[in-house]
Amino acid sequence: MQYLLLLHAEEAGFMNMTPEQQQQGMAAYMAYSKALVEAGAMVGSNRLRPVATATTVRVVDGKTQVLDGPYADSKEQLGGYFLIEVPDLDAALGWAARCPGASHGIVEVRPIWSMS
Amino acid sequence: MADAVARESYGKLVAFLAVRTRDVGAAEDALSEAFAAALTDWPAKGCPENPEGWLLTVARRKSIDVLRGKRRHEAASEEYEAAAAILAAAPVEAEIPDERLAMMFACAHPAIDAGIRAPLILQAVLGLDAARIASAFLMSPAAMGKRLVRAKVKIRETAIPFRVPERTELGARLDAILDAIYAAFSEGWTDPGGVDAARRDLTLEAIFLARLVAGLLPNEAEALGLLALLLHADARRGARRSADGEFVPLAEQDTALWDGQQIGEAEGLLRRACGLGSIGRFQLEAAVQSAHVERCRTGRENWVDVVELYDGLFALAGSPVVAINRALAIAEAFGAEAGLDAMPEAGGDVRLGEYQPYWATRAELLSRIGAHAEARKAYEIAIGLERDAAVRRFLEKRRSALPG
Repeated sequence: MQYLLLLHAEEAGFMNMTPEQQQQGMAAYMAYSKALVEAGAMVGSNRLRPVATATTVRVVDGKTQVLDGPYADSKEQLGGYFLIEVPDLDAALGWAARCPGASHGIVEVRPIWSMS
Repeated sequence: MADAVARESYGKLVAFLAVRTRDVGAAEDALSEAFAAALTDWPAKGCPENPEGWLLTVARRKSIDVLRGKRRHEAASEEYEAAAAILAAAPVEAEIPDERLAMMFACAHPAIDAGIRAPLILQAVLGLDAARIASAFLMSPAAMGKRLVRAKVKIRETAIPFRVPERTELGARLDAILDAIYAAFSEGWTDPGGVDAARRDLTLEAIFLARLVAGLLPNEAEALGLLALLLHADARRGARRSADGEFVPLAEQDTALWDGQQIGEAEGLLRRACGLGSIGRFQLEAAVQSAHVERCRTGRENWVDVVELYDGLFALAGSPVVAINRALAIAEAFGAEAGLDAMPEAGGDVRLGEYQPYWATRAELLSRIGAHAEARKAYEIAIGLERDAAVRRFLEKRRSALPG
């Protein structure tokens, strides 16, 4: 089973850290990624640029609307993801709990809807 | 015959299919088709030698047919084929393995909404239909049906595992199952007169489940504690109403009407649980029941012991409900004034303000210290909140007995 771990956190939290703390934070993510790879669970991962860079598109009555900003305004923003391959939800929840993002935000765990 | 097999076998058969397909709903469907087939087949050809095995063979074939049918129509064909293959390869022996516990752990998984765990277990293990569960939990059958379906879909689509957790996390995960069984019992218990068959039966179903879990995990102290608690409470069922249907409080019950055998079993379980050296909420609650029984039978006051048990409970699970019972015990041991001081404040908690025992307890303690006007007000709120007519009449009697 593949699961997408969606990392939501307050962006300001990272921006307000000292460079030293930021470095520590990055190191924690590097270690986590490495552990996922070692365990053979990593499928893919990426970090997203801040939500200020978001642009929203939708087509209404054939007309394309482009809006500056994210779809929903909330305190916590989607900041990155890990796509993992594990046997079941318990294993996925285990990896979600280890994710550094779970300690400074929330990690949403979603099963992938296989189309194959 | 199908009926006789049903109660013990139903959950085992559903579990056998669901563990291998992760699909509780499809397992239930396949099994109900198998039972329907039995109803036409057995009267004509005679009951098979191994009814359970017969049902499983039919249900398994139906499940595989459904899975292979889905494979043709839906995208996720690999998963369906894998499940069908596992099911087809599973050996059907004379003795069907009991995997009900693994299924209960899936139903009470932390990823499943806590409020639907008890209904889910009642349906998956015992085959109760949504309408009956809905009436016991005061919910519309349609809403209950929808929530049950949603939970089963979540189990399947998120691949919630069907297995007994490792030792390190067994305790916390087991608590969720025990809580669900206790919730089922409590819903049944709110009809102590036994007027509503759906609710009355639910207490028996809950005891069946508690017995099942205690039997499968005989070294888990809290599983034994829960069974002891339920047996203690149920043993007094016959004494809780007078011949003409009036509510009889514990202190005035005729102990001869209690089920002595059941109390004996509960006491034995509690002793075994204590020997395991891992105290918990249900053992403490069972110990409170045990102390009540002892006092009523012997006439020896033991309220100080009861207060101590409630202190332990309050430290473990400081719920307002525990606080209220603790306050009542304190009032018996040390006087109504002390009891009132120990009552929780309703101010910040809306649910407490709507909780009948909170107001009835306040009323009782206020009347004991002579605050009759306040007691009358509290009785009125309690009466307004109570849904059992016999308890309402009891509270009305207490209110009209107030002087002035």
